[in-house]
Amino acid sequence: MMRHLISAADLTRDEAVRILDTAEEMARVADRPIKKLPALRGRTVCNLFFEDSTRTRISFEAAEKRLSADVINFAAKGSSVSKGESLKDTAQTLEAMGVDAVVIRHGASGAPYRLATSGWIDAPVINAGDGTHQHPTQALLDAFTMRRRLVGRDAGIGQDLAGRRITLVGDVLHSRVARSNVDLLHTLGAEVTLVAPPTLVPVGVEAWPCEVSYDLDAVLPKSDAVMMLRVQRERMNAAFFPTEREYSRRYGLDGDRMARMPGHAIVMHPGPMVRGMEITAEVADSDRCTVIEQVANGVSIRMAVLYLLLGGNESDAPNPRTEEK
Amino acid sequence: MSKILIRGAKVLGGEAQDVLIDGETVAAVGTGLSAEGARVIEAGGQILLPGLVDLHTHLREPGREDSETVLTGTRAAASGGYTAVFAMANTFPVADTAGVVEQVYRLGKESGYCDVQPIGAVTVGLEGKKLAELGAMHDSAAGVTVFSDDGKCVDDAVIMRRALEYVKAFGGVVAQHAQEPRLTEGAQMNEGVVSAELGLGGWPAVAEESVIARDVLLAEHVGSRVHICHLSTAGSVEIVRWAKSRGIDVTAEVTPHHLLLTDEMVRSYNPVYKVNPPLRTERDVLALREALADGTIDIVATDHAPHPHEDKDCEWAAAAMGMVGLETALSVVQQTMVETGLLDWAQVADRMSFAPARIGRAQGHGRPVSAGEPANLTLVDPAYRGVVDPAGFASRSRNTPYEGRELPGRVTHTFLRGRATVVDGKLA
Ligand SMILES: [Zn+2]
Repeated sequence: MMRHLISAADLTRDEAVRILDTAEEMARVADRPIKKLPALRGRTVCNLFFEDSTRTRISFEAAEKRLSADVINFAAKGSSVSKGESLKDTAQTLEAMGVDAVVIRHGASGAPYRLATSGWIDAPVINAGDGTHQHPTQALLDAFTMRRRLVGRDAGIGQDLAGRRITLVGDVLHSRVARSNVDLLHTLGAEVTLVAPPTLVPVGVEAWPCEVSYDLDAVLPKSDAVMMLRVQRERMNAAFFPTEREYSRRYGLDGDRMARMPGHAIVMHPGPMVRGMEITAEVADSDRCTVIEQVANGVSIRMAVLYLLLGGNESDAPNPRTEEK
Repeated sequence: MSKILIRGAKVLGGEAQDVLIDGETVAAVGTGLSAEGARVIEAGGQILLPGLVDLHTHLREPGREDSETVLTGTRAAASGGYTAVFAMANTFPVADTAGVVEQVYRLGKESGYCDVQPIGAVTVGLEGKKLAELGAMHDSAAGVTVFSDDGKCVDDAVIMRRALEYVKAFGGVVAQHAQEPRLTEGAQMNEGVVSAELGLGGWPAVAEESVIARDVLLAEHVGSRVHICHLSTAGSVEIVRWAKSRGIDVTAEVTPHHLLLTDEMVRSYNPVYKVNPPLRTERDVLALREALADGTIDIVATDHAPHPHEDKDCEWAAAAMGMVGLETALSVVQQTMVETGLLDWAQVADRMSFAPARIGRAQGHGRPVSAGEPANLTLVDPAYRGVVDPAGFASRSRNTPYEGRELPGRVTHTFLRGRATVVDGKLA
């Protein structure tokens, strides 16, 4: 297993499958009356959040606590970009306090990589989202959700997503979720198509292991999963598209469009969902939409990543096979 | 003793000759010159060049003396073989009045290591709105001939036109930092495959090229001359080539780092590679080398941009843009241009001394190595191989991407009007 988790692109197929398999084991902990494992007892994990994200922080915190780790939450208010030294200063403070792992969320692309490679700190670094770069645990929880839905909970163990056709729709340009998912889904053998207006597709996308389409309706019938990306309303003022209405018409997912997807196909969203522009309430509330499962799966994935990176004691791990039978 | 005999130096890379310096001037160039009364420097076949001239240096004084001062910057320049540098105007306060440019000019004179020719701002406060007192800066003791808002682009087409027209009155030149501001909002690196992967804001080549295209046409329209700073893209080269073929009076520069480094280095997220304009692709690098070789790009200019350690020891987005360059420029040019067979040493002398002095109208610099000329000279050992160690830099800042990298060549001696400022590779 690697020392840090900075980018989904750093994972091999076997490493990724191992994380998904471990998460499947971790998921069973959530079904127990006492949702706790002793695996990280005595270890200290710091959630270092330079950018607000209550959802992601709570998800990591729940994962850490279920593994019995001691948790420090460090929220650095305001932008570190305006005061460049704070990342280094904070890292050195944490190093002095002897933390065993750092989960970092940062508004600047590359900040977790810098933290992991600068020598400021020795602990493993887990990227919880950096700028428009990567959000690898999000990609892992998405892949986990797809594997459970498209392959099966138990049938999925040891499996990847070979041959599955996944479509990501929306603001690819500003999306770390899209970048991470393209990398990981490709590693897992899926065929990925990005759908967006040309203004929201990054220059240089031709090097990515995926297809690009501007036509959602053409892609939907061939999709096993459709992941809607968040489109921020302020993009409208920056002339990425003319109006909210036009965006919604061309790239929003409503009931009619969902009906064009194959019967088994699922709808995903990294949340939080803004109903209306990118996804209608009808779609969001349908049982094909996996948003709530994605949240639950996020905890399992983060438990798996922390467990594997911190080398938790093997004997502390849950063993689904003996438990179930 | 004021006589120095440099024995057996390849002048501009030619046959070995002796060069006698008497006082501030070159007294004789020939073979078997008498060493009587002279200190002798055995050149042993090293290359003798006219003192290098940098048309694009940031000395940071006044205002950011923690990064560099005129004294430390000129010491760095001398170490790199320079005898004259043009100091950019983006200081605090901005060099947009006769008072500030005279101050910088005087500090250069007092340093004794290298002549400092201040560049005046084109617009007041580099704000791009109102022309600075270009004439007053020209008429001052500093005798400013080059005007630039470098660090910022003179974006307003009317202001650019007026500046180009106005400086015709006294033979000045406007040096443009070509960067369309709207196309580079939030930009952090070259826009392309690497920026898409790293999630860093893209800086498209067209943001540079569109401004250059506009400015050469403006220069043609008003019959003035324009100088384009730090070309970084293959497309910029094409535009300058076209403009020259059309007879437009345009000159252009390239930095050493744009001749060597690419945006692939940004994958390290190490801010030593963060520079403005950004590092581009291999294809751009090769086009820039070719253009410098065929004369489309006239000169090499360092864009020496010193920053203190704290401003680079942070995450990419927070880091300052720029790298130091005075002390490594000649080595990078040797590696990328001489050792690749694209330039010989006489052409290096042209690109790094004669031509920049001509563009900036630097008095007494960029002169032939011959009797009667000012003894501004640089002796280079091209056989030297060494690993760059910034700890030995004379610059106050160490923000170099070359730390630990082997670069060829070393300046062993620099002479400013007959006085050695560097002896055996060390500052005198
Ligand atoms: Zn510049």
